[in-house]
Amino acid sequence: MFIYLFLSLLLLSAGAYHLGRKRAFVVANGHIRKLHSLPSFYGSYTALWCFLPALIVFGLWITFQQGFIIDLVVAGMPPELRNLPPDQLNLVVNDLKNLVGGNFVSSAPNPAMLAAADHYRHLRTVGNAALWVTVLSLAILGVVHAWRAISPTLRARNRVERVVNVFLIASSTIAIFTTLGIVLSVVFESILFFQKVPISEFLFGLQWSPQTALRADQTGSSGAFGSVPLFAGTLLISGIAMVIAVPIGLMSALFLSEYATPKFRAVAKPALEVLAGIPTVVYGFFAALTVAPLIREIGTSMGLHVASESALAAGLVMGIMIIPFVSSLSDDVINAVPQSMRDGSYALGATKSETIKRVLLPAALPGIVGSILLAVSRAIGETMIVVMAAGLSANLTANPLEAVTTVTVQIVTLLTGDQEFDSPKTLAAFALGLMLFIVTLILNIIALQVVRKYREQYE
Amino acid sequence: MNKVISSPDPLQRNIKTIVNASLPRRHAAERRFRWYGLIAVSLGLAFVVLMFGNIISKGYPAFWQTYIQVPIQFDPAVIDPQGNRDPQALQSADYAALVRAGMRRMFPAVEGRLELRALYGLVSSDGALELQNRVLQNPELIGAEQEIWLLASANVDTLIKGNIERSLDETERPIKDNQIGWVDQLQAAGQIEKQFNTILFSSGDSREPEQAGIRGALMGSFYTLLITFLLSFPIGVATAVYLEEFAPKNRWTDLIEVNINNLAAVPSIVFGLLGLAVFINFFGLPRSAPLVGGLVLSLMTLPVIIIAGRAALTSVPPSIREAALGVGASKLQMVGHHVLPLAMPGMLTGSIIGMARALGESAPLLMIGMVAFIVDVPKSFTDPATVLPVQIFLWSDLPERAFVERTSAAIMVLLAFMIVMNGLAIILRKRFERRW
Amino acid sequence: MSTTIIEAKANLDNALNAEGRQIPLSSVQITDYDHRQTVGKITVDNPKMICRDVNVYYTGKQALKHVSIDIGANEVIAFIGPSGCGKSTFLRCLNRMNDTIPFCQVIGEIKLDQDDIYDKSIDVVQLRARVGMVFQKPNPFPKSIYENVAYGPRIHGMVDGKAEMDELVRASLERAGLLKEVENRLSEPGTSLSGGQQQRLCIARAIAVNPEVILMDEPCSALDPIATAKIEELIDELRENYTIVIVTHSMQQAARVSQRTAYFHLGDLIEIGETDQIFTNPKHKLTEDYITGRFG
Repeated sequence: MFIYLFLSLLLLSAGAYHLGRKRAFVVANGHIRKLHSLPSFYGSYTALWCFLPALIVFGLWITFQQGFIIDLVVAGMPPELRNLPPDQLNLVVNDLKNLVGGNFVSSAPNPAMLAAADHYRHLRTVGNAALWVTVLSLAILGVVHAWRAISPTLRARNRVERVVNVFLIASSTIAIFTTLGIVLSVVFESILFFQKVPISEFLFGLQWSPQTALRADQTGSSGAFGSVPLFAGTLLISGIAMVIAVPIGLMSALFLSEYATPKFRAVAKPALEVLAGIPTVVYGFFAALTVAPLIREIGTSMGLHVASESALAAGLVMGIMIIPFVSSLSDDVINAVPQSMRDGSYALGATKSETIKRVLLPAALPGIVGSILLAVSRAIGETMIVVMAAGLSANLTANPLEAVTTVTVQIVTLLTGDQEFDSPKTLAAFALGLMLFIVTLILNIIALQVVRKYREQYE
Repeated sequence: MNKVISSPDPLQRNIKTIVNASLPRRHAAERRFRWYGLIAVSLGLAFVVLMFGNIISKGYPAFWQTYIQVPIQFDPAVIDPQGNRDPQALQSADYAALVRAGMRRMFPAVEGRLELRALYGLVSSDGALELQNRVLQNPELIGAEQEIWLLASANVDTLIKGNIERSLDETERPIKDNQIGWVDQLQAAGQIEKQFNTILFSSGDSREPEQAGIRGALMGSFYTLLITFLLSFPIGVATAVYLEEFAPKNRWTDLIEVNINNLAAVPSIVFGLLGLAVFINFFGLPRSAPLVGGLVLSLMTLPVIIIAGRAALTSVPPSIREAALGVGASKLQMVGHHVLPLAMPGMLTGSIIGMARALGESAPLLMIGMVAFIVDVPKSFTDPATVLPVQIFLWSDLPERAFVERTSAAIMVLLAFMIVMNGLAIILRKRFERRW
Repeated sequence: MSTTIIEAKANLDNALNAEGRQIPLSSVQITDYDHRQTVGKITVDNPKMICRDVNVYYTGKQALKHVSIDIGANEVIAFIGPSGCGKSTFLRCLNRMNDTIPFCQVIGEIKLDQDDIYDKSIDVVQLRARVGMVFQKPNPFPKSIYENVAYGPRIHGMVDGKAEMDELVRASLERAGLLKEVENRLSEPGTSLSGGQQQRLCIARAIAVNPEVILMDEPCSALDPIATAKIEELIDELRENYTIVIVTHSMQQAARVSQRTAYFHLGDLIEIGETDQIFTNPKHKLTEDYITGRFG
C-alpha cells in the first residue's frame, strides 16, 4: 500500500529529472555553455524538489496516522468502553486492531467492537486516500516550482550539492543521536525506577527477587532489587569464559604468528575465525543442550552436585565464543611489535619461546591487556548464551557448578512477556541496562585508550 | 683511554660450555611451549568441528519427515451431505472424521475409546487440512477412495528415526506399546515412508513439531534485513564519505568518531532497550514488527558499515582525488565520479559482513517483542513476525525431541545463510582487490 | 673460473642432501650468474672464522656468489660496497640470522674455529651466543637498562645469584663505555636513552654474553657524528677481546676502525686486503671506482 505510493513518488521524481534536463536545454536555446551548471544538475534539482517535500510529509503522515485514527475511534466508542482504565483500554485497542486485520480475537466480537472496527476501517480508507492526494500533489507542485525556477543563471549544481552535503552531515550525526537515544532512554526510565527503589538498595542490596511484584495492589509489591547477585553472577560466568578464552586465544595467536608455517596459518586462521561468525543463539543452543548435560553427567559421576544450568556450562561456551576475539586482537598486537625486537633477542641466542616469553609478551603486554578488557566487555554484555544456558534465580555464590543469573538474563526476563510499563519490575530492567552500558563503556574507553597508546609507541 | 677490567673478569667465561650445559633444558622448554600453542590451536579447531558436527548430526534428520499411507474414502455423507457442492460446506466439513475412518479401516480390530485415540494419534492433525485442500482443489474426489500419504505425528517420526528407546518402560516414553506395534505393522506393509521435509520450508511456526516450519521466520528475517540494509547502507556510506572526505578536523568530528567506535562495542541488548523505549513506547510503532527490528538492527550495523567504509575510502590513493580536482571537478563530483566507485567494493564487503551479523542477532529483538509465537507468515513490514535466530531460541526451549531436531535444522539453514553471505564478501574482496 | 648453472645446481643438490633442508629443490629456481674472481689475499695467519664458497639464495634469487674469506682473530674487518651488494646478507650468514627469513638458503662452508656453523650438530642458540650481533637501528628491549644487559646471561644461565649478575651487568656497561652515564638509572627503561646511548646499550647487551665474534650491521647509520665517534672509539677498544665484523656504508668509518676491508659488488666479493692498501691502492677497477666516488 504505502510501498506503491513510495514507488509512484520515485517514478515521478525520475520523470521530474528528465523534465528538468529538457527545460535546461530549452532555456539555454541548445547552447549548453550558456548554462551555469550541466543539464543533469538541473534535472537533479527538479527531482529533489519533487521528491523531498513530498517524502517529508509522507513520513510524518504515516508516523502519526495510526495513533490519530485510534484516538478518533476511541473517542467515538460507547462510554463504557471509552472509560476503561488505560491497561484494559489497551487490550480493547489491540482486539480492535486484530479485528480490523481479520485475525482471531480473544473473545467473540460484540456489536460495539464491530462498529468501532468499521469506524476504524472507514477512517483508514479516508486517511490513505488523503495521503495519496497530498503526497502526489506536493510532488507535482515541487516540479512546477523547479520548472519555473530553471534559468541559465540558476546555480543548480551548488544547490544540489548543498542538499547532498546536508544529507551527508545529517547521516554522520546519526551516531550521536543513537548514543543520545541510548543514554536518554535508559537514564529516563532508571530515574523513574530510582524514585521507587532507593539507589543504594539497587547498588548494594544482596537480594534480587523482582518476581514478587506481581500485582500493583499487592502489599510489599516492590520486591527486592539488590543487583549485587546479578553482577556477581555476571562476573563468575565472564570469569570462567576468560579462563577459557585468554590462554587458548593468546596461545593460538602466538603459535599462528610465530611458529606455524604460512600454509598452516592460511588454513587455521580463517577456520578459527569461523567461531566469531557463528550467531550467539547457536552457542546458546549448544550450551543448553550439549554442554550443560555433559558437565552435569561428568559431575554426577564424580559425586558432585551440579545444577542443570551451571555457570560452568554457560561460561565454557562463552569462552569458546570469545576465543577468536582474543586471538585476532592479540595477533594484531603481537604483529605490531617490531621485528627488530625479535632479531635482537635471537641474535643473543635466545630460543623462540624465550623470545616470546621474555621480549614479545612484555612488549605486547599493554596491547594484550587492552584486548582482554575488550573481550571482558563483550562477555559481560553477551546475552543469548546466558539466557539459554544460565539460570534465572539470583544466587550469590562463587561455585561454578551452581546456577547463577546475570544482568542480561534479568533484562530479558523482565522485559519479555506482558507487564505494565511503569512497574518497578520493568523499570528495573532499564536500570540494569544503564549499569551495563556504563560498565561496558568504561571498559571500552580504557581498552581503546590503552591499545592506541600501545600502537603509538611503535609507530 | 685505557680501561682496566677488574679481575677476575666476570666476562671471561667459557660461553661454549655454559651454553651447551643449558641446551637440553631450554630445548625441552621450547618444545613444551610449541606444544601448548599447537594444543591451543587444535582445541579451537576442535570446538569448531565439535559444534558443527553436533548440530549437523542432530539436524540433518529433520530434512526428512515420516508419512503414513492411509486409505481415505471421501465419503459424501461427511463432506457434502446436501450434495450441492457448496464451497462453504466443503470448507467446514469434518475432514478429521475421514482420517479417523481411514485409520480404523487399516486396523479394524482396534476397539475402545483409549485404544482408538492412541490409533488416531499416529497421524498429525495436519491430515484433515491436507484432505480439505485436496477436496477444495478437486471436488471430483468426493465419493472416491484413495491411498493418501498423510503426515505422521511427531512421536511416530521420532520413533522411525530411532530416537526413542524402545526398551524404556512404557510410562517413560511418549509413544505407547500398542502404537509401536501398529507402526511396526505399517512399516512391514510399506505404508510408512520418509519424504523430503517441505513443511519445514513452507509453513510457519506451530505447536505441533511435525507441522512447524521456518518460513515465517525466514520472511521475518527477510523483511527485517531489508529495512536494515535500506537504512544502514546509504546512511553508513554517507557518514563514511562525510568523515573521510568532507569533515573538517575539529572537536565535533572527533566526538562523532569516538561515538562510532564506542557504539561498535555497546552490548546488543542495550540497542534493544533503545528500541523498546524510543521506537515502541515513544513513537508508538507496533511491537513485534520487522519495521522496528530493522530500525534497531540498522543502528547496530551502522558502525560496522561506517568503519569498513572509511577503511575502503582511505585505501583510495590521494593521487586520484588530485587528478579529479585538477581537471576542475567539484569536490562532490570528485567523490561521486572517482573515489566512491573505487571504494564501493570495500564498502559492499563491509556491509555484507554487517548484514550477516545482523542476520544472526537475536538479543535486541527479544526486547521489542519479536519473540512471540506467530503462526502466520508475515506479509508486510508491520505484521507481527519473528526472525530465524529468535525462532531457534523459541524452539530450543521446547522439550520435544522433534523440536530439538528442527532447531538444529533451523540452525543449519541459518549457518548456510551466514556462510553464503561471508563467502560473497570474500569473493567480492578477492575480485575487486586492487593494489595501488 | 666461472661456474656454470649445472654445477651450481649440483652444488645445491649436494648441499640439500647433506643438510636435509625442508625446502624442496623443485621450488627453488636457480639462476647462477657469472661471478667475479676475488682480488687480494683471502686467508690470514690466525683465522677465527673461515668462509669458503658461500652462496645465498632468496627464493631462488642469488644474493651472494661464491664468497670465500677468512676473518682473523682480534681484528676488525669492514665490509663495504654499494647498497644491495650482499654485505649485510653475508654478515647475517655468520651467525645464521638468515634462518629467521623464510625461503633463504645458504650454501657453502662457514667455520667458527673448527666448527662448521651450518652443521647439524651445531646448535643455533650456542652459535649466536658465540657470535653476537649489533643492528643498524638500536633495538633495546622495552625493559630497564639493567634487564636489557642481563637478558643474555639470564637466558643462557650464565650467572648464579644477584650479586654476580650485578657485577656482570656493570662490567658489560663499563666495557661498552656506558656505565658512567647510566650508573644511577639502571632501572629506567632502555628506550629512555639517546640514540647513541641505546646503541652502546645494545653493544653492552651483546658483550654481556661474552661472545667470541661481534657482528655489527651499519651500527652508526642512525646516529649523529658525536655518537658515531664514541662507537668507533669503542670498537677500537673491543678489538682487544673480540673479533669484530662491521658492515658500513661509510668508507671513512671503514678506514678509521678496520684493519682489513672487503669490497662487495652485486653479490661478489671483489677485493679484500689491508685497509690502507684498499683505500690508497685498490687493485680492482670496481673498488677504485667505488672509493673514488664514481658510484655508490
